[in-house]
Amino acid sequence: MEIAFTLNGLAVKVDVKPADILTDVLRQKLGVLSVKKGCETGDCGACAVLVDGELVNSCVTLAPTVAGKSITTVEGLIVNGEMDIIQRRLAEYHGTQCGFCTPGMVMAIKALLNGNPHPDEAEIRRAIAGNLCRCTGYQKIVEAVQSITA
Amino acid sequence: MGKVIGQRLPLYDSYRHTTGQTRFTDDIYLPGMLFVKTAKIPVPHARILNIDTTGAERVAGVAAVITHKDVPNNYWGAFVQDQPVLPDKYVRFLGQPVVAVAAVDEDTALEAAEKVKIDYEELTPVFDPEEAMQPGAPEVHEGGNIAKFGGYDAMMVRLGDVEKGFAESDYVIEHKFHTAMNEHAFLEPHCSVAEADANGHITIYTASQTTSWHQFLICGVLAAPINTVRIVSGPTGGGFGGKSNPSTEFVVALLAKKTGKPVKWRWTREEEFLISTVRSADTFWMKTGFKKDGTLVARQIRYIQDTGAYNDFGTYGMMKLTSQINGPYRIPNVWFDGYVVYTNKQVTGPMRGYSITQSVSANETQMEIIAEMTGLDPIEVRRKNLVQDGDILPTQQVLEAVGVRETLDAVIKASNWYSK
Repeated sequence: MEIAFTLNGLAVKVDVKPADILTDVLRQKLGVLSVKKGCETGDCGACAVLVDGELVNSCVTLAPTVAGKSITTVEGLIVNGEMDIIQRRLAEYHGTQCGFCTPGMVMAIKALLNGNPHPDEAEIRRAIAGNLCRCTGYQKIVEAVQSITA
Repeated sequence: MGKVIGQRLPLYDSYRHTTGQTRFTDDIYLPGMLFVKTAKIPVPHARILNIDTTGAERVAGVAAVITHKDVPNNYWGAFVQDQPVLPDKYVRFLGQPVVAVAAVDEDTALEAAEKVKIDYEELTPVFDPEEAMQPGAPEVHEGGNIAKFGGYDAMMVRLGDVEKGFAESDYVIEHKFHTAMNEHAFLEPHCSVAEADANGHITIYTASQTTSWHQFLICGVLAAPINTVRIVSGPTGGGFGGKSNPSTEFVVALLAKKTGKPVKWRWTREEEFLISTVRSADTFWMKTGFKKDGTLVARQIRYIQDTGAYNDFGTYGMMKLTSQINGPYRIPNVWFDGYVVYTNKQVTGPMRGYSITQSVSANETQMEIIAEMTGLDPIEVRRKNLVQDGDILPTQQVLEAVGVRETLDAVIKASNWYSK
């Protein structure tokens, strides 16, 4: 079946099977390789994307369900060659290490700040609770977000 | 302040991480690429009687099915060559891949792998290393469950006269410690991609922590000259020691060679937990003698490291551990016996400080107990016993350029220890 949706601001059409997983469609059919496969069970958040502004684990999302919707990944946060402030601050505050969780983490923070531009520390930690980072221990990630919202 | 020193500089690759441009091994897609899944049996210990791959070979989209017969040198190991790439006689831990299938996509490979028929005779497994050391225990390997150190059962280290040391001590304490198995749990599962060129030379893309090490182990398995195997190590999505030894690489190299196509094998999270290496669960007895003023005099240790189904880095880990067993403390009389024991569990390997981490927990626990028994400040007990230049470790290494006292003093100052 063919589905159409918006991917990072551009209209796309793609042929999918009913049981295709959104992560695989994004990675293998649309070349969006920032969407990572860490667990494929909705536990680690490495595959997180925004669907109509809402944070979703794409590894537990069937591709046909996004028909007509708007999907945003880290690639879509770069506007006119300018990185989103989340992307800059995570780098500057050492909120990345191996980098595998980073795209999903960026999207979780984006979803948070879209709805709540001035979160307190507890709200920041709650917002990234579904995103596992094995390297940095979260502190630097929280500090990076605080540098944006303070 | 200069341009660099004292400045907050982003990691050179961090912007590529935050913008999604970092390409990990699983992000490599090559034209015509095949994907791997494996056939396993549902028990941790078995004798393989027969392997029938005809059902798998008949599935449309399957390019190749390999067994132990396709591996030129099937047994490999960093120190002891006891681990088969694909087992021929025995399965020794739950989930151990027996047959590998390469197909046009993962679903097809999985369907084919499920059609492999493995006849086996289930054997009694042994999971506890103390049990595995007993006479009559199920044999994980023929000839016994205790790995050898130059023909001996134990890694033995002796310094001074431990009996005399205990006799001279005011107090002697003894505890049994047990540490848990740890999974590295890096976010990026194991993954590698191999392709063969027209000359049969192989390029392997992987996330190795030890590229040259991979190259020579893989060349050994493939029976290939070292100039015909190229390892390209990409970014590592977390390693923590768990990507020190080859894992998926042997199989993708063999399948790429056999099919002439690029081949990718990516482990699932379930496979990570079942078949990737882990930090060993260790059991050990630590007996320590000391004076009323907190001075350490003697220590005796019996140490059992559960290496799982194969040796891997096991004997090396034990050797590394012995040099660090007393931490940064001087003990003039030491008696150490360390055993590396096979069990029917996944293989243990390096993880962040290797076996040293396990012994530190015991060492520092006893230092706290010594502080309590002597009434001394916990920091003072440690300061009193710190090693210094010229001291000899139990492994006979003479120390030089020791900075631990300065480090501890800096920590005392920075933490305001004495005003707490």
